[in-house]
Amino acid sequence: MDGSRTGCRAGMITLRQEETALSLQTGILPSFEPVMSWMFLRDLLSGVNKYSTGIGRIWLAVVFIFRLLVYMVAAEHVWKDEQKEFECNIRQPGCENVCFDYYFPVSQVRLWALQLIMVSTPSLLVVLHVAYCEGREKRHRKKLYVSPGTMDGGLWYTYLISLIVKTGFEIGFLVLFYKLYDGFSVPYLVKCDLKPCPNTVDCFISKPTEKTIFILFLVSTSCLCVILNFMELSFLVLKCLIKCCLQKYPKSLKVLSV
Amino acid sequence: MDWGTLHTFIGGVNKHSTSIGKVWITVIFIFRVMILVVAAQEVWGDEQDDFVCNTLQPGCKNVCYDHFFPVSHIRLWALQLIFVSTPALLVAMHVAYYRHETARKFRRGEKRNEFKDLEDIKKQKVRIEGSLWWTYTSSIFFRIIFEAAFMYVFYFLYNGYHLPWVLKCGIDPCPNLVDCFISRPTEKTVFTVFMISASVICMLLNVAELCYLLLKVCFRRSKRGQTQRNHPNHALKESKQNEMNELISDSGQNATTGFPS
Repeated sequence: MDGSRTGCRAGMITLRQEETALSLQTGILPSFEPVMSWMFLRDLLSGVNKYSTGIGRIWLAVVFIFRLLVYMVAAEHVWKDEQKEFECNIRQPGCENVCFDYYFPVSQVRLWALQLIMVSTPSLLVVLHVAYCEGREKRHRKKLYVSPGTMDGGLWYTYLISLIVKTGFEIGFLVLFYKLYDGFSVPYLVKCDLKPCPNTVDCFISKPTEKTIFILFLVSTSCLCVILNFMELSFLVLKCLIKCCLQKYPKSLKVLSV
Repeated sequence: MDWGTLHTFIGGVNKHSTSIGKVWITVIFIFRVMILVVAAQEVWGDEQDDFVCNTLQPGCKNVCYDHFFPVSHIRLWALQLIFVSTPALLVAMHVAYYRHETARKFRRGEKRNEFKDLEDIKKQKVRIEGSLWWTYTSSIFFRIIFEAAFMYVFYFLYNGYHLPWVLKCGIDPCPNLVDCFISRPTEKTVFTVFMISASVICMLLNVAELCYLLLKVCFRRSKRGQTQRNHPNHALKESKQNEMNELISDSGQNATTGFPS
């Protein structure tokens, strides 16, 4: 293990030396394509589809189409120039910056992106569990499980935990949104009297109606996802209870017949 | 996640669509999504930067822009395309569920004479009949509803499909009625009319597909009714022939035995 780590580090150092050499020769810094983008999240989540229930697949479709796609093709552009177009009725330098920072500690669109990432990642627990089971089978070189991907035993608990964590994150982010921005609507005007603003000045937010519409869209899709999670949770618990009852019932029948 | 991924999702439905459905998918992706991404986004790119009001009052431009453009054209079109494409996923989900059930029956040994192996089940084109017909028809119905709703919202929000070059705005904090100038109004009007025409064509294609599916079902039912009506006549003819044969054989027997008929 240690040998492979030092080997790996040596490989990375060699690569960096080569890149530096290349940039020195050509005078051009190597540009790296962003490895992490929404496509990465999409590819990760596509792998979860195989091990999900029917409701889980509907949840994935809602997240992909009504949240991720809407974020990327529409919502991101609405908040594009939010600080440039934030205008206060004052010429005092620094007043606009301070007021913008006070009213938007974290931009709504960044909170939206964080919510999407946090809500999607618990599903990866399921993929990791299945990969762990398959890894164990390979190491022992014999069939340990009926089928690593079926929803029973340990995988059922993992799936349940991922559902609970997902729902927790959704509700947590909705509450955070509400508390940070005093509701889900964006006003067209805010009053600001922080230093260095000399008095209470009017500050105007750009595109408040469009932002409100998209925030309401975000909240409704979050609520829909929470409802789907609760439905899936109830479905899984009921299915397990019915299975347990059916297993106990034939035993009690045998006892009665004796 | 981008338009390409949506194209992959919807493209999967293409195999199970009617010919009109395939034309609809092509129109959506070439004349609407591509035009939106390649051209329209450039035209509307600087819409707020180049929206100019004849006043130096801070905040007047923001407030007037927000009043006249509560939602940008580009965002409305993007939402319209997403909502209009999503009912096709109902069909994709139904086909996936049907294949899952067929594969389960195959593993139990029930449909061995219909399919050779599981790959055969995946490759088979599912016909639009039975419950899939209902799913497909409801998806077309929802598509029409969404298209019409978005076209109405557009008309209602912007008082028609034409963009003027000047707007009068007197909302607080603007000190009086000021002139505000929109950037590239003619180009925006041309693209708006183009996108609206593409929506109308898509709606007409959906209506045509709905009529085609309804006619197909009516034709199939009338054909089934006709064959049922033909069968009773054929049965009647057969029974009459049997009676005659019995009479002939009875009279023949009586002749041999000498009993009176």
